[in-house]
Amino acid sequence: MSGLTMTQLEEKAITIREDIIRMLEHAGSGHSAGPLGLSDVFTALYFNILKIDPKNPSWEERDLLLLSNGHCVPVQYAAMAEAGYFPVDELMTLRKLGSRLQGHPERTKLPGLETTSGPLGSGLSQAAGMAYVLKNITPNPHRWVYVVMGDGELDEGNIWEAAMFAGKNKLHNLIGIVDRNNIQIDGSTEDVMPLEDLKGKWESFGWHVQEIDGNNIESIIDGCSMARAITNQPSVIIAHTIPGKGVDFMEYDYHWHGAPPNSEQAKEALGKLRSLNGKITGEHE
Amino acid sequence: MIDLHLVENIGADDIKEDPIRKGFGRGLLAAGRQNENVVALCADLTESTQISLFKNEFPDRFIEIGVAEQNLVTVASGMTVIGKIPFTSSYAAFSPGRNWEQIRTTICLNDQPVKIVGSHAGVSVGPDGATHQMLEDIALMRVLPNMIVLAPADSVEAEKATIAAAFNDKPTYLRLAREATPVFTTAETPFEIGRAYVLREGSDITLLGTGTMTYQCLLAAQLLEKDGISAEVVHVPTIKPLDQGTILGSIHKTGRALSAEEAQAAGGFGSAIAELLSTELPTPLRRIGMKDRFGESGTPNELLKHFGLDGENIAQQAKEFVHNTPQYHKW
Repeated sequence: MSGLTMTQLEEKAITIREDIIRMLEHAGSGHSAGPLGLSDVFTALYFNILKIDPKNPSWEERDLLLLSNGHCVPVQYAAMAEAGYFPVDELMTLRKLGSRLQGHPERTKLPGLETTSGPLGSGLSQAAGMAYVLKNITPNPHRWVYVVMGDGELDEGNIWEAAMFAGKNKLHNLIGIVDRNNIQIDGSTEDVMPLEDLKGKWESFGWHVQEIDGNNIESIIDGCSMARAITNQPSVIIAHTIPGKGVDFMEYDYHWHGAPPNSEQAKEALGKLRSLNGKITGEHE
Repeated sequence: MIDLHLVENIGADDIKEDPIRKGFGRGLLAAGRQNENVVALCADLTESTQISLFKNEFPDRFIEIGVAEQNLVTVASGMTVIGKIPFTSSYAAFSPGRNWEQIRTTICLNDQPVKIVGSHAGVSVGPDGATHQMLEDIALMRVLPNMIVLAPADSVEAEKATIAAAFNDKPTYLRLAREATPVFTTAETPFEIGRAYVLREGSDITLLGTGTMTYQCLLAAQLLEKDGISAEVVHVPTIKPLDQGTILGSIHKTGRALSAEEAQAAGGFGSAIAELLSTELPTPLRRIGMKDRFGESGTPNELLKHFGLDGENIAQQAKEFVHNTPQYHKW
């Protein structure tokens, strides 16, 4: 999907952030920081990068996107709704009994999801499995496999098993995006379980590595283009994001990792989003 | 009773023996020849799990994962999204031992048709000892929604079970053993996922066997006959879903049940039978298996005897049971 200007993409990202705030407030539980931080990545993916057809989620030529850090699913649901996979109203059913929008994404519940995730660490392996088939068994050079991972998630050994496997098999059609927001539940990643030298780690596993501003849509699009141009290695994009981006009282604060806004906070957050954190004021205020 | 075409010399010393895992190897190869979407993944145990036969004929459809069982099942899960039918093989202690959560989330909750092969299950693994003698896998797998659990009795049945598993479109666990065990079924013996089979008719007690223990139940029945006890032997190669009709039909007739498995007596096959009986047909049930302890190093035969997982002990337990317990369902 392309054809939107950069301004339109940026506006879309704001809309997605608003959807996230309203969705979480209505649900009464869920994760704020990651989804807000990833809104630019998901806007870029669903509105520019991915070859998809929202009206045909099982299209056999589609690109594949996995969200390995499944707790960030509100951003994926919001992007999918805005892209036309299902009505935007349905976002208000998040985490409710009988909803297709489960608290953590489930493949069998919502067409358009490629996997179930939440427990962390298995998305990269699944993506690698898909990429392996598309490269070596039923070759199709026109399909790409993207997988978004959290940085805290990289504590999991399963991730590195997959990284080794992808490196060994030179899965160039596999593109990882790490949400490098430096937070996890118990605090800053570098206090809980330091990841640096993160770039060096991926490189030593045989991956091509880029580091980008994960809140800049143009950088995300360029980064993915560059990744697709790498023909002999899997690629990972370390996307530096601000957790809670767009809502100043949430930004950089790991306490918002697993908490939703209450109605007062949601109202304030929506105000921040619409006014670009207070940069725009209106006569009615 | 329908003719199940078992071999003639059950209980004889010269009965042919073959490892169950070799039946899997042949079955996987056959499935691979039938359908090009069948692929195989292994965690550095190609020879001993017998996935090597498939690898040699279809090297492009074989994926070496190395010693990384979590990656093993999750890579397989991903492959199903592109239409593949993956078999993953390792020892049961490691898969599902190590990667149970990934099986739960990416295979069962995703309802994807990955076939998890757990080889070297039970104490008959032998000298490697307790760490490698997986006894808890039946319990672990049967409590997972969407998972089919199979424990074939011999290598001939294992071949059929493997092919059936390849095309059932469900997550499936296939339990294999390391040592050569008696081959008592033949090519004509029926096998269908979800079916249990009455191998020998009797009237005093139903012996329910699964995997390697079914043959031991047949031996036990021969011993019991000498003591004037008529034992019915029911083979249950599909532990989940249980063939309730066949199992309940037999136990309703005999009024006494005894289950045998090369696994923990708690949580696995015997427990599944206990659950069924307590809901549908309360009947005294004796469960033969490992009594809440781990295995140890030894020769396979030594260990089976040591832990009571053989025909002699089954017969002994059954005899005591028959002498001490009234027959239910006769009023």
